[in-house]
Amino acid sequence: MTEIFRTCPDTGLKFHRPAENLMKANAVAAVVFLLVGGVYGLLVGLTRWPAVHLLPADWFYLALTAHGLNVLIFWLIFFEIALLYFCSAALLGCRIATPKIAWAGFALMLIGALMNNYIVLTGNATVMMTSYAPMEAHPLFYLSLILFAVGALIGCFVFFGTLVVAKAEKTYEGSVSLVTFGAITAAIIAVFTIVSGAIILIPTLLWSLGFIAEIDALAYRLIWWGFGHSSQQINVAAHISVWYAIAAIVFGAKPMSEKVSRMAFLMYILFLQLASAHHLLADPGVSSEFKMFNTSYAMYLAVMASMVHGLTVPGSIEAAQRAKGFNSGLFEWLRRAPWGNPTFSGMFISLVGFGFLGGISGVVMGVEQINVLMHNTVYVPGHFHATVVIGTTLAFMALTYWLVPVLFRRELVMKKLASWQPYLFGIGMSGVALFLMGAGTLGVPRRHWDITFSMTGGVVHEFPAAANTLLALNGLSVILAIAGGAAFCIIIVSSLLFGRKLGNEEKLDPPIMATPPEDSDYEGIGTGAISVPGTLVLAGVFFVAFAVYYFINWKYLAETWGIG
Amino acid sequence: MNSTLTPPKSKLWWNEPVEKSELIWISIVFVWGLVMSFMMPYWHVTGNQNLSNETYKTTPERFMSKAQSFVDEYTVRNEGPRNYPVVKPPPGGDVYMVARLWDFWPIVELEKDQTYRFHLSSMDWQHGFSLQPANINIQVLPKYEHVFTLTPNSAGEYSVICNEYCGIGHHMMIGKILVVE
Amino acid sequence: MNDDDQTPPLMQRVLDNPFILLFLGVAFPSVLYLIWGIMEIVSVPLAN
Repeated sequence: MTEIFRTCPDTGLKFHRPAENLMKANAVAAVVFLLVGGVYGLLVGLTRWPAVHLLPADWFYLALTAHGLNVLIFWLIFFEIALLYFCSAALLGCRIATPKIAWAGFALMLIGALMNNYIVLTGNATVMMTSYAPMEAHPLFYLSLILFAVGALIGCFVFFGTLVVAKAEKTYEGSVSLVTFGAITAAIIAVFTIVSGAIILIPTLLWSLGFIAEIDALAYRLIWWGFGHSSQQINVAAHISVWYAIAAIVFGAKPMSEKVSRMAFLMYILFLQLASAHHLLADPGVSSEFKMFNTSYAMYLAVMASMVHGLTVPGSIEAAQRAKGFNSGLFEWLRRAPWGNPTFSGMFISLVGFGFLGGISGVVMGVEQINVLMHNTVYVPGHFHATVVIGTTLAFMALTYWLVPVLFRRELVMKKLASWQPYLFGIGMSGVALFLMGAGTLGVPRRHWDITFSMTGGVVHEFPAAANTLLALNGLSVILAIAGGAAFCIIIVSSLLFGRKLGNEEKLDPPIMATPPEDSDYEGIGTGAISVPGTLVLAGVFFVAFAVYYFINWKYLAETWGIG
Repeated sequence: MNSTLTPPKSKLWWNEPVEKSELIWISIVFVWGLVMSFMMPYWHVTGNQNLSNETYKTTPERFMSKAQSFVDEYTVRNEGPRNYPVVKPPPGGDVYMVARLWDFWPIVELEKDQTYRFHLSSMDWQHGFSLQPANINIQVLPKYEHVFTLTPNSAGEYSVICNEYCGIGHHMMIGKILVVE
Repeated sequence: MNDDDQTPPLMQRVLDNPFILLFLGVAFPSVLYLIWGIMEIVSVPLAN
């Protein structure tokens, strides 16, 4: 038994070798699909820049389809499977359940992802990621997604099995860690996501093969979004777990209170998936009651959960920093944070970008009535580049810098570039999010090759001149973000290939795992009864921005035509 | 010593007190959630922009024949590069608009500050009814007839552009709504 | 008396059981979103 475990000298974590290999394989596959999807993203961004207009129409729509699938599905889900194995086997110090089945799941995911890229590249599946019926793709398109989803579902059940193993073999005492609990949340949402995907994609495959006569367009949208939106909710639960993990890795932070953070995750488990209804707010056939209840995640209980995490993640960092002696003023804890460490800076930019850009825009766009102003405009991709790229992707990048030595036992190369990378990527992607949202408020449609309408034989619409400027600024931001994404891929791939191999007992200096402060160090931090005044002030700023933007949009709505 | 990566130190962590900072924030966001929950039904009562959900199952043929009789009855002239009928229904009347690969048909002429009942459906795939620059965006589905009202609040030429991807000609799909005083 | 020997409160036991959570996390959105939504779609009346 002993030799199939190793203990990491830097972190003290106990790695089961088969689990470790699975984590490595999934993480490497993730980065490969990030690279592919990123290249497609560059082509899309440059085509939407009116002065450049790089690709012809058919290639633009093809690239957009491939971009969405490679980054929104393949990169993120591969990484999340690696994360699930890490949060179960590594954090609980146990063996992974059924490694052979886990490898079968990985193989299915890989086959699905490759098949999908192939069939999209042939031009027979230029249907966007959403593949809205009755627009039809080649059957292999649906089959590839089903294979990928089944593989991912297997990964989820290996994760749940590993939790059972850890409990049965008593590798931990009491409750699982908060980070593992967040991973459980992500896995539960993943199960609902994949089941929804199966319910709709299997009949759609049969329809494309001619065994079923018709797929109802509205039923397709309803169930597909149970898959398509919930898969982004896996990302939210996963990247918030990563934030908590990085708070412990960099600062030795502990949860402000276990109860509050876990209840916030429970609100996700119960209500986060309801937000799939965001996509149906401008649809016929579903009632306002359905729309209001579901789009508000049951009266904003899941939004409340996100805002709670938004306090407790930086709050736990502030408390740990104050316990270490950075206790003066409101923000000494933040000034003295390691801003040159990409694991921290990536996580913090992810937190701020997800909240201010992605969170606020998502809730506002999800208001039943206000949605009519944004539905299917480029505001929508603006919003989700803030949530899923600044939020999730940057958080995963930040963690990857730490995983290189811990999991792969290689020293990171190009450390200077790495310290800049989160800023490059974060600023570039913030530009993408803001400029797309700006163009969206001017009515620019998403997924559209030519907003000058040059091919319509003279029936044209002229958007405000600012729309062209915003799309050009978006193109520049895309280049910046792609430079940041490319830097990440180069650093990680070079580190894995050429980074110095670390010895089995070798400890890195400086250490890459903070020592948690003693409980007694936490006594008397902050001001009076408020232990984290700085975080509370930041949360207040966030709240004001949120409320102001929310009501501004009601005012915009009131100014347009009457709609009844 | 514990962290977010280790099991909680206390096995009865549920009974541990909650930080005051957290209690303050939870109270604020809970009230904010109630405010936002109130706003949507409140707008249904007092606001002028509440998209109707009145919907019927239909077929492309049935919808097209209704649209054709609407065009036959109220066409006032033909115009534009596509020589499309400009249809002017009476104020308060019904408007049929067909979304298809790749245009919106016919051209509609409305009077400012009058309310019209729009009927919208697709002949083929999914489309997006995006009225610019008013920036009103509604999903259009085949086999569903969506009925809602629109009340123009200023005169001018408006475009209806498709903002749901509908194949290789998606960027050619455009129509017009004219609003007169 | 040692705290660690007590049975945890009900809510903690729920949060400590991933399979109860899995059931809830699939049941809630299935009923509130999928089933409710499908019921509305199938009850859309026919056009005349």
